[in-house]
Amino acid sequence: MIRKFFFPTITLVTALIFIVRLISLQLINSSYKSLSDDNAVIENEVFPERGYIYDRNNKLLVSNQPVYDLIAIPENITAFDTLQLAKIINISKSELQDKLSTARKFSMKLPYVIVNQISKERNAIIQEKIWKFTGFYLQKKSLREYPNPIASNILGYVSEVNRNDMKKDDYYSLGEPTGRQGIERYYEDLLRGVKGKKFFQKDRFNRIIGSYEDGIYDIPSKGAQNLILTLDLELQEYGEKLLRNKRGGIVAIEPETGEVLSLVSAPSYDPNLLVGRMRSKNYRNLTLDSISKPLFDRGLQAQYAPGSPFKTLNALIALQEGVINSNTTYRCNHGHFYARGMFMDCHCKYGTYNNLLSGIFRSCNTYFANIYRKIIDESGDGVAEGVNIWKKHLLSFGLGNYLGYDLPVGKKGFIPDASYYDYWYKKGGWKSATIVSNAIGQGEILTTPIQMANFTATIANRGFYIKPHFLKSVSNGTFKTINEKKITTIDSIHFETVIDGMYQVVERGTARVARIPGIEVCGKTGTVENFVKIEGVKTQLTDHSMFIAFAPKDNPKIALAVLVENGYWGARWAAPIASLLIEKYLTGEVKRKLLENRILNGNLLAEYEKPYSGKPFLINE
Amino acid sequence: MSNNFIYRLDWWLILIYLFLVIVGIVNVYSATYTESLESIFDFSQLAGKQLLFLFISIFLGAIILGINIKFFEHFATSSYITSILLLIGLFFFGKTVSGATSWYDLGGFSLQPSEFAKIGTAMMIAGYLGKFQSDLKKSKTLLKVIGYLLIPFILIVLQPDPGSALVYFAFFIPLLREGLNFAYLIIFLSLLALFFITLSFKLSTSIGIIGIITFVIYLILKKFSSKIKIWPFILTFIISIGFSFSVDYIFNNLFEQRHRDRINVVIGKTLDSKGVGYNINQSKIAIGSGGLRGKGFLQGTQTKGDFVPEQQTDYIFSTIGEEWGFLGGFLVILMFGILIIRIIIRAEKQNSKFRRVFSYGVAGLIFIHFFVNIGMTLGMVPTIGIPLPFISYGGSSLLAFSLMIFIHLNFDANRLNEW
Repeated sequence: MIRKFFFPTITLVTALIFIVRLISLQLINSSYKSLSDDNAVIENEVFPERGYIYDRNNKLLVSNQPVYDLIAIPENITAFDTLQLAKIINISKSELQDKLSTARKFSMKLPYVIVNQISKERNAIIQEKIWKFTGFYLQKKSLREYPNPIASNILGYVSEVNRNDMKKDDYYSLGEPTGRQGIERYYEDLLRGVKGKKFFQKDRFNRIIGSYEDGIYDIPSKGAQNLILTLDLELQEYGEKLLRNKRGGIVAIEPETGEVLSLVSAPSYDPNLLVGRMRSKNYRNLTLDSISKPLFDRGLQAQYAPGSPFKTLNALIALQEGVINSNTTYRCNHGHFYARGMFMDCHCKYGTYNNLLSGIFRSCNTYFANIYRKIIDESGDGVAEGVNIWKKHLLSFGLGNYLGYDLPVGKKGFIPDASYYDYWYKKGGWKSATIVSNAIGQGEILTTPIQMANFTATIANRGFYIKPHFLKSVSNGTFKTINEKKITTIDSIHFETVIDGMYQVVERGTARVARIPGIEVCGKTGTVENFVKIEGVKTQLTDHSMFIAFAPKDNPKIALAVLVENGYWGARWAAPIASLLIEKYLTGEVKRKLLENRILNGNLLAEYEKPYSGKPFLINE
Repeated sequence: MSNNFIYRLDWWLILIYLFLVIVGIVNVYSATYTESLESIFDFSQLAGKQLLFLFISIFLGAIILGINIKFFEHFATSSYITSILLLIGLFFFGKTVSGATSWYDLGGFSLQPSEFAKIGTAMMIAGYLGKFQSDLKKSKTLLKVIGYLLIPFILIVLQPDPGSALVYFAFFIPLLREGLNFAYLIIFLSLLALFFITLSFKLSTSIGIIGIITFVIYLILKKFSSKIKIWPFILTFIISIGFSFSVDYIFNNLFEQRHRDRINVVIGKTLDSKGVGYNINQSKIAIGSGGLRGKGFLQGTQTKGDFVPEQQTDYIFSTIGEEWGFLGGFLVILMFGILIIRIIIRAEKQNSKFRRVFSYGVAGLIFIHFFVNIGMTLGMVPTIGIPLPFISYGGSSLLAFSLMIFIHLNFDANRLNEW
C-alpha cells in the first residue's frame, strides 16, 4: 500500500513547496521587485591609474603601459570578413569563430572579450581597420612597464585578482590588478587608490541612455599615489651587474636614516617577464627553477651563519660586560685547544700575541674563542645566564627576529639561548667550550644579509639603528619619515676600538683588496662553512664569501653586507664587490677598472653545478 | 484505430501535454525576442523550431499510438542497445558544445542521444522487471538493474554531462514501486544529507551534528522497542564520519571550482551576486519582480535585458514567473503535478508489469526534471543544467518526452486489450 502512495505524495509535497516558495518570492517579499529596478541601472567602475614608482633621485622605476582588449557585442555584429579579422588580430579563423559563438551563447547584448592584452603596436594595425567590423571595439587597459629592468625582487609584480583574493578582500572584483609581491603588494593601497563608480540609466534593451539622475550618486575615484623609494637606481643596477653569474645577496643601507640603498638578490629575473599575456607561463618557469630559485630573495629570506663578521659583535659584548678591555691579550699557536683533544684552527702563526685590535684585523679565532668563553662564563651567574645576557645584547642589534621593514617577505634568523642548549644537551650538560663555535659566527647562529647590513649600520652609527625601510616618500605627502632610533645595549664608547679594528682589516688585514684611495673603509671578512643534503648525505660545499663594510669611517654614508654563495673566502668575491659599490656610491664612478673587470667577468656557475653533477667533487679549490 | 480506442485515449493528459508545450513555445519566443519583430512561426527562430518539433512529435506520436502494444515489449532490449550505441558513438562522431560532447550534428539541427537514452533505459528496466522470475528482493535482479542503469549513466558522465546523468536517479521511483527495499532510498537520502551537512559546516561541527542526529534517532527508536542495540548506531556514526571526511576531500580536491561554486551558492556560503551566483540571483529577481499577475507577454524587463543567461533553456521558468506572475507559475506547477500523478494513477490500473514499470519510469523522469529545474530556478537546488520537460527550448528533449508520453498513452488506452 505504502508503495502505491509514496510517489504521488512526494510529487504533491514538491509542488506545494514550490508554490510556497513562489508565494514568498512573488507575493510577500518585495525586495526582489526593487532589485529588478536596480537592474535597469548599470554601475560602471572607474579605476585611477596605478601609481608610479621612483628611486631616491626621482628616476623612474615602474610606470604603466596601455594595452587593448578587443571586445564584441554579438547583437551588434553585422556580416564581416572573418578571415581578415582573424588575420589582423593574429588568431586562427576557427579560434575566432569559437570565441564568437561562446560570446553569443553567453549573451547577445553583453560585451565579451575576444582577445585580451593586445600590444600598442598591434593595436595601431587594428585601429586602422576596426571600422569595417561593426560590433567590435577596442578597450584600453593598463599594464606595468619597467623602463629599467632591475630590482624585481624589491618591486614585486602585479597580477589579476582571483576568487581567493576576493574572499579575503571584498574591494576587488575578478580580473582587477593587484600587487602580488614586494613593494607592489606592501603598498597596494597607496598604489591602487580607490576605484569610483558611475551610474548609467539603461533602457529595456540594456543600452545605456545617459547618466543616472544626473550623476548625483556617482562616486569619484580617489587618486593613486606615486611612491619614491629609498633605493638608488644606479647603485642597484651596479650591484646586480656585479653579482651576475653568481649567487648571493647585497644589502646597502644609509646608516643615519635606515634607508635601504640597494637590495640585490642573484640570480634574479627581468620584471618585464611578469607582465602581459606571457605572465603565467613565465611565472611557472620561474617557480619551477628549484635550483637557482630566482623568486627567492637572498637578501631577505636566505639565512646563513654569519661567520667572522660576527666577531665584531662578540668583541662589543665582551667590552660591555667588562670581561676584557682593549689591551687583553691572548697567545695563538696557529690555533688552540679549547678542550681536551679539541683544537680550533687559526690563520695566525705559531706564537702570535693578539690584543683586541689585532685580534679583529687578523680575525684570530683563538682570541675570539677566549673572549666568548669569558662572556659566557663570567658575565652572569653560570653559563645559562651568560648565554642569555649574550643573546639580549644581540637582540638589541635586530638579530634573531624580523626587522620590520616594509616588504612582505623575510626570515627571523636565529640566536640560541640557554633553554635551546638545555634542550639539546641534557640540562647542565653543556659548558662554554661546548658552544664555542658561536665565537666565530659559525655554530647555531643564523642571520639574513639584511640583518647583517643592519648591524653593520649599527656599528657605523656607534650604537643605534633605524629600522631599515624602502619607502622614502609618497606623492600626497602622507608618509612620515621613520626616525625612531633603536639604541643598543652597548655603550657608544666601546665602538671606537672595534671600528678601529675594522679599519685595520681593510688597511692591513684580511681585506686589503677593499682599500679605496681617499676613502676610509671599515670592514670585516667572513668565510662561512656550509652544508647541504645531497640524496640524504650531509655534504660540505665550498665556503660562502662574506663581507660587511661601511664608509667613510667617520660620518658613514653607506653600510653594507655582501654574500656570495660558495665564493670560498671573504676577500675573494664579497670584499671587492662591497668596495666597488662603496666607490661607486661615494664618488659616482669606479676608477679601479682591473678589479671591476675581474668581478664583472667572474663566474661561479661551474661551482654551483658541482653538487648536481652526480660526480665526486672537491671544495675550496 | 477504432472509435473505441479514440474514446479510451486519456484526452485530459493530452490537453495538459499540449498546454505545457504551448506555454513553452510562447515563453521561448519571449525569452529570445529581439526588437525586429519576427513571427512566432518563423522556423529559423528558436520558438519556430520548437513549434516544428511539436509538429514532428505529434506526427510520430500518432504513429506510436497505432503500433500494437506487444511490439514494445519485444522492442525493449533493442531500443536499449541502440541508445547505448548512440551514446558510445558520441565519442567518435559527436559535436562538442561548451565543453561537453553530447550532440550529433545532423546538418540543420542537432540531436542529443542522452535524451533518447532515457526511453531506451525505461524500456529495458520495464522489460526486465516484467519478466516473472525477476524479484527486486534478490540481489541478482538488483545487480542487473543497477548494471542497466550504470552503463548509460557512466557514458553520459564521461561526455561530460553529469547533470543529464543525475536524471537516472529517477529510476528509484519505479524500483521502489516494484519492491525495492526502502532502506536503499533512506541510505541514498542520508548520504545526500551528509554531503550537504559536511559542506555547510566545518568538519568538526559536521561530526557533532551527525553524532547528535544518530543519538536522537537511537533514543526515538529505543522508545518504540527496547531491543534496539546501540552498536549499529555507533557503527553508522563511524561510517558517516568516514563519509564526511571523504566528501570533504573530494569536494576540495577532486571537484572543479565551478561545481564547488554551484553547491556553495545553494547552501548559502557565497553571497556574491555578480559572480558565481549570478544566474540564480538574476533568476530569483526576475521571478520576484513578476508579482501576482506578471508583467505581461513580452513585457518582462529582466527577460528583455538578457539578465538571465540560458533563459530559453534551463531558466525558462524565470520568464514564466516574470511575465505571467504567480498565476502563471502556479498554473505550470499545478499542471506538472496533475500530469505526474495522472500517469501514476493510470499506471496503477495496468495489469502488465512491463507497462506499469515503464509508465512509472516516465513519471519518475518527468518528476526529477521538474524537481531539479524549477528547484534550481527558485534557488532551492544546486545549479544542474537540465531542461524543464515540454517547456525548455530543445528539440531532442521535447521529442523524447513527447515519445514517452505517447507510448504511455498507447499502453494506457490498450490496457484491457491483453489477455
